[in-house]
Amino acid sequence: MSGMLLEIENLHTHFLTRAGVVQAVNGVSFTLARGEILGLVGESGSGKTVTGFSILGLIDPPGRIVEGSVRLDGLELTSLDQEGLRQVRGKRISMVFQDPMMTLNPVLSIGEQMLLAVRAHERITRRAGLERAAAVLTRVGIPEAATRLSAYPHQFSGGMRQRVAIAIALLHRPEVIIADEPTTALDVSIQAQILHEVRELARESGTALIWISHDLATVSSLADRLIVMYAGRVVEQGPVAEVLSDPRHPYTDGLLASLPANARPGEVLRQIPGNTPSLLDLPEGCAFAPRCARASTICATAPQLTHSGPRSWRCHHPLGAGA
Amino acid sequence: MSECFLRLERVSKRFEPRLSLGDRIAARLGATVETRSVHAVDEVSLAVARGETLGLVGESGCGKSTLGRIAAGIIAPSQGEVTLDGEPVMSEGRKRSTRIQMVFQDPFASLDPRMRVGEIIAEGPLYHGLVPAVGARSYVARWMERVGLHAEQAERFPHQFSGGQRQRIAVARALAMQPDVLVCDEPVASLDVSIQAQIINLFLELRRDLAITCIFISHDLSVVRHLADRIAVMYLGRIVEIGPRDVLYEQPEHPYARALLDSVPRLVTRTGTRVEFRTIAGEIPSPLEPPAGCRFNPRCPFASADCRIRPPGLMARHVGGGEVACYHPLGEDGQPLRECVG
Repeated sequence: MSGMLLEIENLHTHFLTRAGVVQAVNGVSFTLARGEILGLVGESGSGKTVTGFSILGLIDPPGRIVEGSVRLDGLELTSLDQEGLRQVRGKRISMVFQDPMMTLNPVLSIGEQMLLAVRAHERITRRAGLERAAAVLTRVGIPEAATRLSAYPHQFSGGMRQRVAIAIALLHRPEVIIADEPTTALDVSIQAQILHEVRELARESGTALIWISHDLATVSSLADRLIVMYAGRVVEQGPVAEVLSDPRHPYTDGLLASLPANARPGEVLRQIPGNTPSLLDLPEGCAFAPRCARASTICATAPQLTHSGPRSWRCHHPLGAGA
Repeated sequence: MSECFLRLERVSKRFEPRLSLGDRIAARLGATVETRSVHAVDEVSLAVARGETLGLVGESGCGKSTLGRIAAGIIAPSQGEVTLDGEPVMSEGRKRSTRIQMVFQDPFASLDPRMRVGEIIAEGPLYHGLVPAVGARSYVARWMERVGLHAEQAERFPHQFSGGQRQRIAVARALAMQPDVLVCDEPVASLDVSIQAQIINLFLELRRDLAITCIFISHDLSVVRHLADRIAVMYLGRIVEIGPRDVLYEQPEHPYARALLDSVPRLVTRTGTRVEFRTIAGEIPSPLEPPAGCRFNPRCPFASADCRIRPPGLMARHVGGGEVACYHPLGEDGQPLRECVG
């Protein structure tokens, strides 16, 4: 249909633990257009990472996608077997994780592991593979790439390692890159370098990007569209500047108000009371209601998504123009 | 700053590699063994006034945590001295003062998982005789309520609390020692945004009610701006600029301080705004081999021959008070105020 690159519909990912069913992702739907940069924000436990992992079928038992569909250009990913998924991973959709020290293999040189990634999808000579690797490393801003191929991950700084991880994700010119908190572990000056390069790369190659982060400021300067998640649900989505300047959902509003950057120095911050709910027993209705100042009796029933132009939100008492 | 309460006097810290017997033999036989030391903090002098909050910012490896630990008397400086109200905080390699306490970054690692929260908070005051054993329970209750916890939670264990509550416990433990100075090392870095705000508000409250002196260490410049009266920016073991909060944020004169502030992403709320990510060329050099002269010179667009030879000391900033360690301090337009020569 509509030519959307990635369509996620009513995704439910649950973890069946001894303590009960953890409803990590609970009916998430969104789409991603070609070349679009989508920011996915939320706090710990909001389901943003599990959503990213579910797209690529990376959920291990006791976790399971219990319902919903993930379609890449019409191809249903949730029903693919391991071999089918293998052909998609790294080729059409690739992933960048938070900690490059954990994702790079410490006993293989950068060149060797990049070669493995190239050969996972193509029959190619060692020499051509290494040339490709060097070319991609140059694109992500690693100087003297050809000589750095023989270096090991520990010989790189954190920022350089994350560039290598991004380079590996770019090897096959994927249609989508899912990046999970890729700059969280980095210093701000290095983060700025990476953000700059990622945005240029996405624009040059037309790759769509799902940027998962807890940092609203980073996402706001990078993404075209924003999805805010809370307790496994999408509570608000829309063009990034519109959502952040005029939020509809009280949770989005609360997040913005609790940022020190949005207050005068020394001023008491408007805080969201309480804690995120346990995903083991979510409230029947709106999961944010116990922390929400606008909550009323109607919030005991789950609010449906309200659409308005490019924006949508899930709230009985939205703020702003929609109220 | 007429009255200097906490004073660090030309404090340095070097971490020497501890060579094993095998390494020493290998070194004798001519193998390459790492014998260079890490210059974590290099001749830093600081003075904090009573009741003031000093923010310490910088990137990983700049020495801010080491400096904080030296100030708190947790590690001994290789050189220099820390004094509180004129009294040395450490002597003969031991901490002598209980008047400085510390709050750490990760409340999952800094609380003993096998102790009840009440025991954790009471341990220090009991040992130092700040409170008799019979009064410990009500003493603990008082501090728990002070940081927004319920007194009846004292019987619980740390794992029964969320991250934000655990950080409150860590703050209560530090406060129960009735310190004059609190050194906080990234106390909100591991918390979610909404919880972060709760803890920041707690610090604001404590500062107002207890008039506590505070060194607040963070890599998050917006958090530091919110809490600190004065801010010091560190780079590779040295303070490159220090000044009142607003002037430092609005008109940094050191090229590094300016670049650091420029690289913080800002919240974009206007449609069609295209953000330019301004970046600093290169990466932080290894503290094993810091560059000669000004340590920022290899990455600085304004470096001159002078910068490569002689490290600049802290001198008065041009506007708004404070000090900057730079031969070519920047004006409002981000260009050096003086001509670069060489």
